[in-house]
Parts: sequence; structure tokens; C-alpha cells
Amino acid sequence: MKRKKIIKAAFVDSLPVLTGYLVLGIGFGIVLHTKGYGVAWALCMSVFIFAGSMQFVAVDLLSGGATLLATALTTLMVNIRHLFYGISMVDQYKGAGAKKPYLIFALTDETYSLACHNLYQNPEERHMYCFFLSLFNQCYWVTGSIIGSLLGAVIPFNTDGIDFSLTALFVTVFVDQWMSTKNHFAAMTGVLSTLGCLLIFGKNVFLIPSMVVITILLTIGKRFAKEEAHE
Amino acid sequence: MNNFHSALLVAVMALVTALIRFLPFLIFGENRKTPEFVLYLGTVLPYSIMGMLVIFCLKNVSLFSASHGIPEAVSCVLTGGLYVWRRNTLFSIIAGTVCYMLLIQLVF
Repeated sequence: MKRKKIIKAAFVDSLPVLTGYLVLGIGFGIVLHTKGYGVAWALCMSVFIFAGSMQFVAVDLLSGGATLLATALTTLMVNIRHLFYGISMVDQYKGAGAKKPYLIFALTDETYSLACHNLYQNPEERHMYCFFLSLFNQCYWVTGSIIGSLLGAVIPFNTDGIDFSLTALFVTVFVDQWMSTKNHFAAMTGVLSTLGCLLIFGKNVFLIPSMVVITILLTIGKRFAKEEAHE
Repeated sequence: MNNFHSALLVAVMALVTALIRFLPFLIFGENRKTPEFVLYLGTVLPYSIMGMLVIFCLKNVSLFSASHGIPEAVSCVLTGGLYVWRRNTLFSIIAGTVCYMLLIQLVF
């Protein structure tokens, strides 16, 4: 019974991702198809890579016949932000046993944004919830890719801008976190460091410097928090 | 492009992506006590990361040309405002997205 309840909660919480992933997945399937890669490619990539923005970049790498090294480096640059998700979930995913490899493999931006503020105190319940959350999200993504690949050209309405749903998801999580605490140091650090690095380094390479600056500022913040506690 | 090379590229992308995702868990293994610093990062990083992701999503907005980022700004404020008001994630996202689609398709 408990299990059923947790799976249901995971499903309901995954609904905001449903629209975004279906639409983006369809977009990916269409683009891939126009470059001559059919449904088997869409399926394989969404099952084995499962990284939204990377798969769009992948289309160019594939159709341009990129080298292995260039492909590896590009993947590293685009996906390096996932290091942060892992670091912040190390403790939460401890002891997840057989579920753990999949939990780690499927930790996308969207899954992370939902999983990081789960309210389960019991590790077993938390792991089951996050497992199904990850699985539902990947199902949406894979389904979208297949639909896009098979019937991309016949979508009946103008979908321009529908990808904003993922931005909107992050905005709601951000606002939710903001209201859940009085200390806004970490949130402000994230916004201002990234904004600063975007302005200084440009939109192609700003993520790595942002991550470095955020880590440094949070470390300094920890010192201050400690000193306050000692006083 | 030939299929074998393409398949190799897909394998490389899958491998590198998985490596990035697994690395923190490999370093701070299952059997060791998680270092205090990582525990600390685990409590504060989610807040910073959401801020980072919002900016990341808006990185293609140009303030000085085209629509000056107005559709993005309006839709983000609407999404956030509705969330403060109703605390309903799905409702906020749908309203914000529809607003954005209407703005870029019909107005700008």
C-alpha cells in the first residue's frame, strides 16, 4: 500500500516535467530525423545518453561527422553541471542498493530539481520515490523522441516557445526554495555568480567559471556561518 | 555519415555523460562517511543550482535587440507570482508557458 502511495506521489510530482519532456523530446526527434537519423537512433540516444540539451548538440556532432575527441570534450562542457547534482545527492542516495546506478544515471536537470527537495526522511521511501520519479521522466523523454521521429512534420499547431515550460519549472522550484528559508545567501550566490560569468565569459563557456565561483563563495559563506554560530 | 562512426559518437556521449554523473558517487563512496564539506554543499547547492539553471535557460536572451527579453521577463514574473499566490507548480508552469507562447507568436 505504502509503495503504491509513493509511486503515485512520484507520478503527480513528475507531471510538470511531462509537458516539457514530451515537447522537447518531439523537437529532438524531428531535428534528428531531418538529418537522416531515424527512430532507432532517437530511441538509443534517449535511452542511453538521456541528457536533453546534449542530445540537441549531438545532432550537429553526428551530422557533421565530429571526431571522438571533439565529441568527448563537447559532452564534458555541456554536461559538467551534472557534477553539482551528484555532489548534492551523495548523501541522499546513500544505501539505495540496486536502485542506485539508475538513480545516478537518470539524474537530469529536471529530475534533480524535483528530487533535491523531496520530503522523505526514511531512506527507503526516498529512494523508491526518486527511482520512480527518474523513471517516469525518462519515459516521457523517450516517448517524445519516438513521436517526434515518427510523425514530426504533422504537428497541428505552432509550438514555438513551448520549451519555456522547463524554464518555468526551474522558476517555480526557485521561488519555492526562496520562500522555504530566510537565508537567501545560496540562492543569491547562484543567480549573481552565473549572471556575472555569463556577462564576462559569454554564453558558450560561462557554466564552468560559474560553478567555480559558486563553490568558492559557498565555502566562504560556510566560514561566516561557523563564526556566527561560535559567537 | 557512416553508421559505425555515428554509433561510436553516441557511445562516447553516453559514456562521458554517465562518467560525469557517477563521478561524485564514486569519489564519496557508499561505505565511507560523507565528508562534512560535501554534506554542507548538499544542503546549500540546491538553492544555488536553481538560480544557476534559471540563468542558464535564459542565456540566449538579448536585452539590446529583438524583443529585449520582455517575453521572458513577463513570463518568469507571471510564473513566479502565480506560484507565490497558489503554490501550484503545474498551474504556474502552464500559465507561464502559454503566456510566453502567445507573446512570442503574436506580439513580438
